[in-house]
Amino acid sequence: MIEPVKRPAVNSSLSSASDRVFEYIILALASIIVLVFLLSLYQLGKESWPALQKFGLSFFTNREWNPVTSNFGAISMITGTLITSLAALAISVPLAIASALFVAEYAPKWLADPVGYLIELLAAVPSVVYGLFALFVIAKGLSHWQQSFFTSPEKIATYTHCKSLWDAGTTSFQCFFVPISFDGRGLALAIIILTIMILPYTASVARDVIRLVPADQREAMYALGATKWEVISKAILPYARAGIMGGVILALGRALGETLAVAMVIGDSQDSIKSIFSGASTMASVIANQFGDAQEQIHRSSVVTLGFTLFFLSVLVNYIARIIIARLTPKGIQ
Amino acid sequence: MKKILLLGLALVTTATTASAQTTLTGAGASFPYPLYSKMFDEYKKANGVSVNYQSVGSGAGQKQILERTVDFAGSDTAMSDAQMKDAPGKLLHIPTAIGAVVPSYNLPGVTATLKFDGPTLANIYLGKIKTWNDPAIAKLNAGVTLPPLPITVVRRSDGSGTTGVFTDYLSKVSSEWKTKVGSATSVSWPIGTGAKGNDGVAGVVKSTPGALGYVELVYAKQNKLTFGTMKNRAGKFIVADNVPASLAANGVVIPADTRVSLTNSANADAYPIASFTYVIFYQDQKYANRTEAQAQALQKLLNWMVTSGQQFNEPLDYAKLPEGVAKKAQTIINTMTYGGKKL
Repeated sequence: MIEPVKRPAVNSSLSSASDRVFEYIILALASIIVLVFLLSLYQLGKESWPALQKFGLSFFTNREWNPVTSNFGAISMITGTLITSLAALAISVPLAIASALFVAEYAPKWLADPVGYLIELLAAVPSVVYGLFALFVIAKGLSHWQQSFFTSPEKIATYTHCKSLWDAGTTSFQCFFVPISFDGRGLALAIIILTIMILPYTASVARDVIRLVPADQREAMYALGATKWEVISKAILPYARAGIMGGVILALGRALGETLAVAMVIGDSQDSIKSIFSGASTMASVIANQFGDAQEQIHRSSVVTLGFTLFFLSVLVNYIARIIIARLTPKGIQ
Repeated sequence: MKKILLLGLALVTTATTASAQTTLTGAGASFPYPLYSKMFDEYKKANGVSVNYQSVGSGAGQKQILERTVDFAGSDTAMSDAQMKDAPGKLLHIPTAIGAVVPSYNLPGVTATLKFDGPTLANIYLGKIKTWNDPAIAKLNAGVTLPPLPITVVRRSDGSGTTGVFTDYLSKVSSEWKTKVGSATSVSWPIGTGAKGNDGVAGVVKSTPGALGYVELVYAKQNKLTFGTMKNRAGKFIVADNVPASLAANGVVIPADTRVSLTNSANADAYPIASFTYVIFYQDQKYANRTEAQAQALQKLLNWMVTSGQQFNEPLDYAKLPEGVAKKAQTIINTMTYGGKKL
């Protein structure tokens, strides 16, 4: 047995002391995050207590949001948040994966770099700019198209038919895609702008994980005589799918919480959604719209309760997504 | 190293000398923000007292004055008795300017200025009048060819004093509105597209043929929006402007505490959708760490705002307080105390 060489005493005490100091610093910094989380939870809970006490669980099932009668319910905002986020996610994920595959696998380097850069640039644009873009560019186009429902004869017939359905409180599949008015704003515009906003999150994460797929993996597949598409679908995507899902969750988190751009375009209505072009509202948009001017205590408390609900919804969605990732991760890479 | 220390020392000294000067802080309504900025800028030039006003919204301003984190709050609506019950001291209101709300519209091919009255406007916002060639609108606008366009109703999505004034007016002229919707800074609207801010509403109106939305007069004038005339209580059609808005205060009995709605004024030449914007503060100024000097500075500022400060109202498109109202405001300001002692 060889005795391990002892380190000089001076050095060892110095290094172990500095190690401990570093450990404490790191611990303190890390616990700040936990503290902030707990503090915000406590603050949200405290502020929303009056509303929860008054409305109880009916807060989550009541459709009415009426500051005049102080009767508040969040169901339309909860559905609005889920519909806009999930619809935006459903549209953006295929686009994001396609662009990531293009950049990582198909594009020549001189093209891949600028395209990748541009996608990342999308993430850096402030949301108010997206909101303005939606209002001045997309809304105009939508509005132009919507006007045709009020001018061309056969479309007027469709509209009148749908109008009678809406007035009766129902809708049909066809009518769900018929505009209610022609101002361009509403659920559809919110979904479109959210799609653009969350695209870079999934796209850049997906691109990075696709690039990280080991060359051996590809080469082994090529060696079996696979075509490029087979390599992508059988060797690359399965290997990268857990990472891609991570990007999807990032995007979903952004979509759930996006405030300003959505508040600018969604049209703020608590009615049940009868058409994709009708006004709607999300929890974040109502918070942005009403917190500053909520004067009654119960109104303010209800707005904070929306924030509290959003907080829990995000946690829940993230948790579900984590389970999905764990399921999707191929055995062997963790 | 020494240089840095010296620099730090110099910064600390300047910071302390600056804080020795009186600074007043206010927060609240965004509607009077341009006016207050101008007023406080001029006030600083004349008196050396700097006033810091944050436009965070009327509700937030009220909350801050209740929590005593500001010297005064700006608010487009007066606080109700129930709201003031939570205050740790007696709150006073004084009006500083009068604002008006106008119906702005976009009707291609119609060059004449449209005329509206309260019940018609209420029925449009209730969704009962759906197209521009509705008999109710046609009757008010004899001789104007109105297109059969559907009316796209536009309203504010954010809580706002503008909405407060508009719905207050509709509640006064339509009993159906009063029972179905009511008035507040944000309400549960029966129909319409919500847009954020005056600029948001104006944006929808401008880009949508057949749209109708309500915006502040200041915003409408500065952005040259098309807006209709309103029939007042005396039956006259009035073009919104500073003087008719100011006259609204002359057709209403102003109570001693000035908390009153100016809509649907009885004055024959008044514009019917008008309201005060208020400054709210405590009668007894001795609270937290406030000094008597600070209390006096606030009193002086408030007095100036309702007297010489009024000269800045009209150039910025805000209506002036009529003589009588300014007097009442001064009387209120003179009741301010510091620890029970008259200031």
